Amino acid sequence: MNKLILGRFFPGESILHQMDPRAKLLAGVYFILVLFVANNWQSYGLLWIFTLVVMYLSGVKFSVYIRGVRPLIWLILFTVTLQILFTSGGKIYLDVGPITVSNFGIISGIYIFCRFVMIIFISTVVTLTTKPIDLTDGINALLKPLKRLKIPVDEISLMLSISLRFIPNLLDETQKVMDAQRARGTEFGEGNLLRQMKTLVPIFLPLFASSLNRAEDMANGMETRGYQSGEKRSTFRQLAWKRKDTLCIGTMIILTFGLIVLRTGGFIH
Amino acid sequence: MTARVVEVSNLVFGYDKRDKEQTLTDINFSVNKGEWVAVIGHNGSGKSTLAKLLVGLLEMDDGSISIAGINLNDNTKWEVRRHIGLVFQNPENQFVGTTVQDDVAFGLENINMPYEEMNNRVEEALKMVDLSELRFHDPSRLSGGQKQRVALAGILALRPSVLVLDEALVMLDPGSRRELLLTLKQLNKSSDMTIISITHDMDEAAEADRILLLEAGRLVDSGKPSDVFSKHQQLEPPFSEALRRMLKRQKNTVPDTYMTEEELVNWLCKSHLKM
Ligand SMILES: Nc1ncnc2c1ncn2[C@@H]1O[C@H](COP(=O)(O)OP(=O)(O)OP(=O)(O)O)[C@@H](O)[C@H]1O
Ligand SMILES: [Mg+2]
Repeated sequence: MNKLILGRFFPGESILHQMDPRAKLLAGVYFILVLFVANNWQSYGLLWIFTLVVMYLSGVKFSVYIRGVRPLIWLILFTVTLQILFTSGGKIYLDVGPITVSNFGIISGIYIFCRFVMIIFISTVVTLTTKPIDLTDGINALLKPLKRLKIPVDEISLMLSISLRFIPNLLDETQKVMDAQRARGTEFGEGNLLRQMKTLVPIFLPLFASSLNRAEDMANGMETRGYQSGEKRSTFRQLAWKRKDTLCIGTMIILTFGLIVLRTGGFIH
Repeated sequence: MTARVVEVSNLVFGYDKRDKEQTLTDINFSVNKGEWVAVIGHNGSGKSTLAKLLVGLLEMDDGSISIAGINLNDNTKWEVRRHIGLVFQNPENQFVGTTVQDDVAFGLENINMPYEEMNNRVEEALKMVDLSELRFHDPSRLSGGQKQRVALAGILALRPSVLVLDEALVMLDPGSRRELLLTLKQLNKSSDMTIISITHDMDEAAEADRILLLEAGRLVDSGKPSDVFSKHQQLEPPFSEALRRMLKRQKNTVPDTYMTEEELVNWLCKSHLKM
């Protein structure tokens, strides 16, 4: 369960850690969009330089990022293979029925691979350097305009932050219930699929029941402290937009210009 | 003039509505502003249930509750909760915030308090429970006693006129517990915060202005600690009373009536001087 890197937070003091979550989220989402402007090796090169510099700035070891890509590697390779096999044009190396391996195919396969990996790297940078709670605050702040459309943004983000807060408890509890079942002779991960599924039932039932109890306790606690959904609330955690955040947005604009300039060749050399 | 901040009359409540058996039967009492009332009774006698009814978390079957002059019902419960705060027996699952200070601020956010004021209140509440150093810690990773202090701070920050403590200090070590009780006593005396404390600690109960004794869902007695402890000999007596009864068995000159700690100390000094 500790293998998943995407979505985890690494405490630290880097410049990226000190940035406003809003800036990081905006820049992250913008990066994914601006990726599609690149169409030649020069522009991809620029994107790689940007990505690697950002990763370096996060102060997190490179191997951690690689671990972040690993769970998705098969999906990426699958997509890349499809791209290579079904794109034709340029010099053709192999041609069997609908399957062609061509110059163009290989190049666009490489580009797709780069896009995937850079998206994962950049989103990993955002989550590794931002506390989950700050991330929710940031999302909340950015989605605020949706309130006009009667979307309960505050409620959703409070829900999100409380869920985040309960995940460790739930994991602890799963461990406890599994240990309790083991003590009663259950063996997990043994036998055929049906048997394995059956052993999960005595885990999920207690977990479900205790989650309901927890939820009731939580609701009681929130209610006695005056929480009413839909009421106007102030916020204790303040987001502060600093100079480095403006700088970050500026960097994104420069990156965009760079890409447009490099792209204008438009050809694959 | 002593105003009644809490008035409970003919309160009836049962968890299982199909059942004739009631968890609380015909409870009548009132609490004056600035009073410290201890609620005692065996496990399952209905103390926590009473606390939840007072803040409107449970709906009474019959009778009425009025807090700070507001008659508690489904429409007024939000207003009532601005006047009465409840600290639960087990705060484990009630932390909303991911840091201690965020959690303490939760109730203040709910009343839409401006940031500056909120910050002051949080600071003050954390100081009262002696948690200022742990303000950035994750409350769910604290010790039991520290968790209870966070929960208490969350309510204290709201400055309720009535504070209900449901065994809210049981996990505290004796030293910090005494200290916290002292802080609460100061609040109780200086800012007229009314305190209803549910407790199994008879020494704490003996310090109260008044004791409410619950037995199997009925309020069997209400009165000064001295009266309640002399009348109900089956109760585990507070330390001074236990000592007096022990001395009484040894020596007949010991007075036959309940004595507070202070009275006992005075008497002991005097009788000792005479010898
Ligand atoms: N949620 C519930 N549903 C049904 N019955 C309940 C519920 N909570 C409590 N009870 C029952 O109501 C009675 C009173 O419980 P309550 O929790 O008020 O006791 P208490 O005086 O606070 O005890 P303790 O000293 O152990 O805290 C008990 O018999 C208990 O079984
Ligand atoms: Mg109780």
